[in-house]
Amino acid sequence: MLLIRCPYCEEERPELEFRNAGEAHIARSTNMAGESDDDFEKFFFIRSNPKGVIYERWRHMHGCARFFNAVRDTVTDKFFMTYKAGEPKPAKLPGVAK
Amino acid sequence: MKKYSVFAIAREAMRGHKGWEEQWSSPEPRKEYDVIIVGAGGHGLATAYYLATVHGITNVAVLEKGWLGGGNTGRNTTIIRSNYLYDESAGIYDHALKLWDGLSQELNYNVMYSARGVMMLAHNVHDIQVLKRHVHANRLNGIDNEWLTPEQAKEFCPPLNISKQARYPVVGAALQRRGGTARHDAVAWGYARGASARGVHIIQNCEVTGVKRAANGAVMGVDTTRGFIGAKKVGVVAAGHSSVIMNMAGVRMPLESYPLQALVSEPVKPVVPCVVMSNTVHAYISQSDKGELVIGAGTDQYVSYSQTGGLHILQHTLDAICEMFPIFTRMKMLRSWGGIVDVTPDRSPILAKTPVPGLYVNCGWGTGGFKATPGSGHVFAHTIAKDDPHPINAPFTIERFRTGRLIDEAAAAAVAH
Repeated sequence: MLLIRCPYCEEERPELEFRNAGEAHIARSTNMAGESDDDFEKFFFIRSNPKGVIYERWRHMHGCARFFNAVRDTVTDKFFMTYKAGEPKPAKLPGVAK
Repeated sequence: MKKYSVFAIAREAMRGHKGWEEQWSSPEPRKEYDVIIVGAGGHGLATAYYLATVHGITNVAVLEKGWLGGGNTGRNTTIIRSNYLYDESAGIYDHALKLWDGLSQELNYNVMYSARGVMMLAHNVHDIQVLKRHVHANRLNGIDNEWLTPEQAKEFCPPLNISKQARYPVVGAALQRRGGTARHDAVAWGYARGASARGVHIIQNCEVTGVKRAANGAVMGVDTTRGFIGAKKVGVVAAGHSSVIMNMAGVRMPLESYPLQALVSEPVKPVVPCVVMSNTVHAYISQSDKGELVIGAGTDQYVSYSQTGGLHILQHTLDAICEMFPIFTRMKMLRSWGGIVDVTPDRSPILAKTPVPGLYVNCGWGTGGFKATPGSGHVFAHTIAKDDPHPINAPFTIERFRTGRLIDEAAAAAVAH
């Protein structure tokens, strides 16, 4: 079981309190009805599914109930960091050389 | 290839078993092949086998980064069934089921397919409605499925608890008698032996690190840890790593990879005569011929390539197993493991041509690909050989996520996702 740090509650809590909410930083169109089939497919179905660093959303379901973002390695399942929803994608990851 | 038979066993017994030959050869890779299959699991090896036997294409290499059958082929719970709701799914899974019957004879290799019956339990009114709908839909598609009362379910599987006092009492069950199990490793080994005997190269410990494309976009071959290998046709059958390989060719996929766990108990005498599944409490169980109870758990909720999962997922499944079979509450579990499953948004596989000429993909089998192994390989070989899908896999395109013509087994597949 993962230990996840909620950036709102500012503490590490067990995974059971959280619900994974998929890939982060996928912008929803403000004009969904006007989206082309190609763009809708990219938004709705296509995922980067990386082997390595993933940017993903979590929800602290059984805590503060808020959504936030996390950066994790999908091979080791180790978290690099978590950050609040709405904050930009971090340019530099803690503990990573480049 | 020397044929296996009772006479071969007798002959070898007489001469100290010195005459057994290797089941498949391990050749040095050629510079170029007609077809490269990426991934030597059951589906990949079956594809190579049918390319050779049905289409006469034997200049084929199957590249495997680890060892043959060491991925999900060796990690699944070996359940075979075809009781899917939609016509497209019924078509492909029943195509596979028909091939399972007779596969040992065809391969001259005992895959131990045992049609011992797959029984799915209903625990509430909604389950009854859903499972009865499946029974009727299956029968319309010519697939056997029948409704059982709790008493009939108990008769078919004696250790089952049908007490009305249970937290989730059994109120009925759907039974596919042709469903059952097979020996997963033997499936990979049998296809490997058959393919190798016909000239297919199976190259293990050879990881694909890139997909080369010509100026016109078509596939030229693959970069591997053993150098560049050319081919005008490349079939990607890499299960949890399919999107990684497809990314090398510049194709982004509608896939996410999750760990899926399974576990086995200590071996005991025969006690579970069939496969029992329950959607509602999420558990499935069968007994291997060695005597171990084989139990399937759920996926973790996050994308991962770790081939391990959370302990709470296993505990959740064991709670359900103990509820269904109180007789097992003191059974010891022997081993647990995880495999990485690639899941599509509609939980149906993709077996198709891709936007890249010469590149084909067979992926997205999610939590239930083993049962489809022979059928999947058979129609995927057709797709590669003819550069055109077989009618059975024609609906399983990548483009369906753009057109919206999904095969939405997500809520309808007979097992929870």
